[in-house]
Amino acid sequence: MSQVLLEARQVCKHFGGVKALSDVSLTIHAGEIYGLIGPNGAGKTTFFNCLTGLYVPDGGGFELAGKPLQADAPQKAAALGIARTFQNIRLFAQMTALENVMVGRHVRTRAGVIGAILRNRATREEEAAIRRRAEELLHYVGIADRACDLARNLSYGDQRRLEIARALATEPKLLCLDEPAAGMNGAETEALKVLIEGIRRDGTTVLLIEHDMKLVMGLCDRLAVLDYGQKISENVPAVVQKDRRVIEAYLGEVPEDA
Amino acid sequence: MKHPFLHALLRLPRHSGVLAVSGSLLLLALPIVAMWGGQAWVRILDFAILYVFLALGLNIVVGFAGLLDLGYIAFYAVGAYTYALLASPHLGLHLPFWVILPCGAMLACLFGVLLGAPTLRLRGDYLAIVTLGFGEIIRIFLNNLNAPLNITNGAQGINLIDPIAIGAFKLSGRTDIWVYSLNGPQKYYYLLLLLCTGVVVINFRLQHSRIGRAWQAIREDEIAARAVGINTRNMKLLAFAMGASFGGVAGGVYSAMQGFISPESFALNESIMVLAMVVLGGMGHIPGVILGAVLLAVLPEALRFGVVPVQQVLFGKVLVDPESLRMLIFGLALVLVMRFRPAGLWPSPERQRELAEAKS
Repeated sequence: MSQVLLEARQVCKHFGGVKALSDVSLTIHAGEIYGLIGPNGAGKTTFFNCLTGLYVPDGGGFELAGKPLQADAPQKAAALGIARTFQNIRLFAQMTALENVMVGRHVRTRAGVIGAILRNRATREEEAAIRRRAEELLHYVGIADRACDLARNLSYGDQRRLEIARALATEPKLLCLDEPAAGMNGAETEALKVLIEGIRRDGTTVLLIEHDMKLVMGLCDRLAVLDYGQKISENVPAVVQKDRRVIEAYLGEVPEDA
Repeated sequence: MKHPFLHALLRLPRHSGVLAVSGSLLLLALPIVAMWGGQAWVRILDFAILYVFLALGLNIVVGFAGLLDLGYIAFYAVGAYTYALLASPHLGLHLPFWVILPCGAMLACLFGVLLGAPTLRLRGDYLAIVTLGFGEIIRIFLNNLNAPLNITNGAQGINLIDPIAIGAFKLSGRTDIWVYSLNGPQKYYYLLLLLCTGVVVINFRLQHSRIGRAWQAIREDEIAARAVGINTRNMKLLAFAMGASFGGVAGGVYSAMQGFISPESFALNESIMVLAMVVLGGMGHIPGVILGAVLLAVLPEALRFGVVPVQQVLFGKVLVDPESLRMLIFGLALVLVMRFRPAGLWPSPERQRELAEAKS
């Protein structure tokens, strides 16, 4: 078995009386594509938000590569190597595609105010490296030709790709994608699948929330299924697909003689 | 490109050395030319540059980081009072300007952080209200810190503030250079021009740096900015601190130039005026902000000089008081600009493109 990258232990999150997550534990291995599925409102995005520091869990916690992950703020999670995209795309709309990715390099670069004002050699070199890396990433996700367009003017699919490029710019160990295929047509989804497989091949572990079952089953090495804030199944796609509790969660109770 | 001509025009200054040189010469000759119209015109020029300086400082907070600050003039007041207290007979201190101006900048910076720290979670209208209150608090403090211990001399203000001087060379009074005799306002003009050039360079370099991008990201989407690892707290405090420091320096120079300051000069309408310069010119776009500041500083004054003679020629007597007419036209101009050019008179190319797209 390969190395454990992320371990979630009994993560709980309540909103008033609603238990959005109760005792969710799961293990993600390095180099995996791990899927997180479940009906609407099951707590998938809440889990993401806890993991990426947007919410602070009420109980339990995470371990990243053996070290406790104390991410009570998103910027800390990003610094520790967890990058994410958003279900409803959150790009910097008035900045160009290239600038969006360059912002992603912020957490891995150092230049401060003095450097920016003096524009000394180190700052200029860092700036050139930021630009170079951002261009590479745009090329990597396949939207290099849109580099100078404002993010808001990109097509929906390209915006999704740009968000992935921006997340990759932070050099994540774990890339969390929140419904990347939502609203995409078949061809776009197929291209996205190729991209995600490429990202894994290049050494980044992927955690994927997705409703497109065809994509999830074809792409993920393992899956966890959430329902009403609880993990009801965790296994390889072929097993999860046949799991009675999963079928019930999606389709309602199955009669005995079915 | 929808406006190739406009684009060529906007790019011209950057590519043409000739234009840069002639522009600089024009700026250098301006106070000497303005002197033909009287010393008052030179003072108007001084204030125009001072406002450019202030507007560029506020532009860091409002334009780059997107934090609506309605109390900016408080930092200007802090700088001005720092200078006045450390270089006037009021406390009997007469420190040199190169000690006081950095002190003023630092103190203003501290106040910037003091204002920034408790308002980090606020945005938009809420932030505007808190900053507005902060600006007023500073002014009221200045107004009342004359008892039991007389620190600011209250509403009477501080008089006889030392001019900026290097050894025996003072920026006030006349200096003969070769055949020409430079007066005080002209010398301050050159000082302000020098400082202002520095601020333009700093603004420009900040905008096109890692820091500037982080500010813009925060302005666009704070949650996304945090998710890519930007420490929004530090970046916002940095914007407040930098904007405030520039306000502090501007205040110090103002104090030295005027020789007299009172809390009255730092009222809310001054904050609004500086904000109007930033918004009218084109938020976040440095040439736009400069244009906005120059226009709003010079036009009302020009109007004040123009209205009386024009009315006398037309009607034989003064029908409308120039002061009230000034505010009337000023208000109308603001409304018209916001109606027809909502992104400002000279917005950044990106925003211009965006407006063009919205129309088509």
